[in-house]
Amino acid sequence: MSDATASPLATATALVGRGLLLSRRNLDAVVTALVMPVMLMLVFVYFFGGAIDTGTTRYVTYVVPGVIVLCAGFGAAATAVSVSEDMRRGTVDRLRTLDVGAVPFLTGHVVATVARNLLATALVLGVAFLIGFRPTATPGGWLAAIGLLLAYITAVSWLSAAAGLVAKTPEAANAVTFLMMFLPYPSSAFVPIDTMPGWLHGFAEHQPVTPLIESMRGLLLDQPVGDAPWTALAWCGGLLALGVAVSGALFRRRTR
Amino acid sequence: MPPATGESATTGTPTIGTPATGTHAIETTGLTKSYGGVRVLDSLDLRVETGTVFALLGPNGAGKTTTVRVLTTLAAPDAGHARVAGHDVVTERRAVRRAISLTGQYAAVDETLTGAENLRLTARLSGLSRRAAARRADELLERFRLTDARDRQTKTYSGGMRRRLDLAAGLVRDPGTTRVVFLDEPTTGLDPRSRNELWDAVRELSAHGTTVFLTTQYLEEADRLAHRVAVLGGGRTLAEGTPEELKRRYAGHRLDLVARDREAYLRLAPRATGHTPATLTLGVPTDGSAAHVRALLDELDPHRTDIARFAVHSATLDDVFLTLTSATKEPSHV
Repeated sequence: MSDATASPLATATALVGRGLLLSRRNLDAVVTALVMPVMLMLVFVYFFGGAIDTGTTRYVTYVVPGVIVLCAGFGAAATAVSVSEDMRRGTVDRLRTLDVGAVPFLTGHVVATVARNLLATALVLGVAFLIGFRPTATPGGWLAAIGLLLAYITAVSWLSAAAGLVAKTPEAANAVTFLMMFLPYPSSAFVPIDTMPGWLHGFAEHQPVTPLIESMRGLLLDQPVGDAPWTALAWCGGLLALGVAVSGALFRRRTR
Repeated sequence: MPPATGESATTGTPTIGTPATGTHAIETTGLTKSYGGVRVLDSLDLRVETGTVFALLGPNGAGKTTTVRVLTTLAAPDAGHARVAGHDVVTERRAVRRAISLTGQYAAVDETLTGAENLRLTARLSGLSRRAAARRADELLERFRLTDARDRQTKTYSGGMRRRLDLAAGLVRDPGTTRVVFLDEPTTGLDPRSRNELWDAVRELSAHGTTVFLTTQYLEEADRLAHRVAVLGGGRTLAEGTPEELKRRYAGHRLDLVARDREAYLRLAPRATGHTPATLTLGVPTDGSAAHVRALLDELDPHRTDIARFAVHSATLDDVFLTLTSATKEPSHV
């Protein structure tokens, strides 16, 4: 027994426990993570919404998937910061001397992020209901929408974990994730793409967030979604594979 | 019965007294490591006997932390070999990791977790079951006198308490398993009382038979704790021995000279290893014998005009250090 090293599963379980415990103790950050998306939704619906013509759908119904995806980006940024914090302090060195690999270590951070994010998503949906969000999704549609969201959160959290391994400071880690937080804006998340300048269409239509938003919106309103969910899933799978591979390589190589 | 005698015959082979691998907890040959074109370790040779406290002494940038990182498998050497607890740090990385613990310069405990939670987590990560981890955490809290603070978040701990917790976290495995403990500048930034507490913890580790490898900039620390000391400069060992040997060999005594005026001070300065311009005082190593002191005075001040007063002191490790390191850098002390 004394010579045993922990199995990857036991290690990951212990580190997920750590991640959740750290989130619970760091209430300021959690409250920000929860309040921010709700505030954003209110800003979009009440400040901008009146001026945005989204056709037959009410703007609140149009914008909810976008707000949820946007807050996934914010949540992922927190992963980068906490990973980078562990790099700066001795935590990563200690873990490496305990033979803990990149995957269990980062799983601990990513699962905590995903948990915080689901909580934020539930809160956004709750407030959205109060201000007139009326989804007409089938149970299967709900499941598919939540599944896609989980895939996206997991993928961007892993990418941002990789950013946390690269960044020299937690502040820099935060900046690296800017792209992820910005990505929902030039998509169909907040305004229809055809209202954007022509040169932006190509990017907006073919970036990962647009098929995700289109799928979630379609699923929640029980409208046909075409192959958008598969495109979204392929993007998430690709980004996740990239995040896991890059962070694994960085974790092994990184020396202070 | 026959198997037992057979076994004792093989394990009982006397290896003590011979410089075989088995008697050394740490052994490096020609260890070399560069970062960005700068050679941080330059063919470093070290030998640390099992069960002893070994101090690696050197100024900032001497290569202390790099040495620790290579020995604890966190960085791979560019050339040379290192064995820790009998295992090669590159080819038998896992076996090395199982035999060591590292307490680095930066605390590896989570500030918002309690002392007990931190230790239980580390114990779980090293392969203990939930129950065994809790038991081990309690034992370590007791041993490092942290039981009263066990349920407080560690951000409320003093610097010394945090270091002790960090040290304890490195020892979550059975004491028999962790055979070499690495401490990278364990007392940097601690107040004198916390430093004393940490020294006690190190002595206790050593009393348990654990090999301790520590780095320090504090000569007093090496003098007080270590059985043997290596002085590191420019990535290589400048000197190695017991604190007593080093003091005797490199600077048994120190001759303090007070120059008559500033010009005299500047004339004498290149020959000295200790410089205090404010009082025009210079230190020069000597063996302390009348003949050597007289010869030194004549050699340094042939016209008998530069030196106003002198005094002979027993050397400290500071003198050893200054004697050795002044040779490796240009005398820019004027």
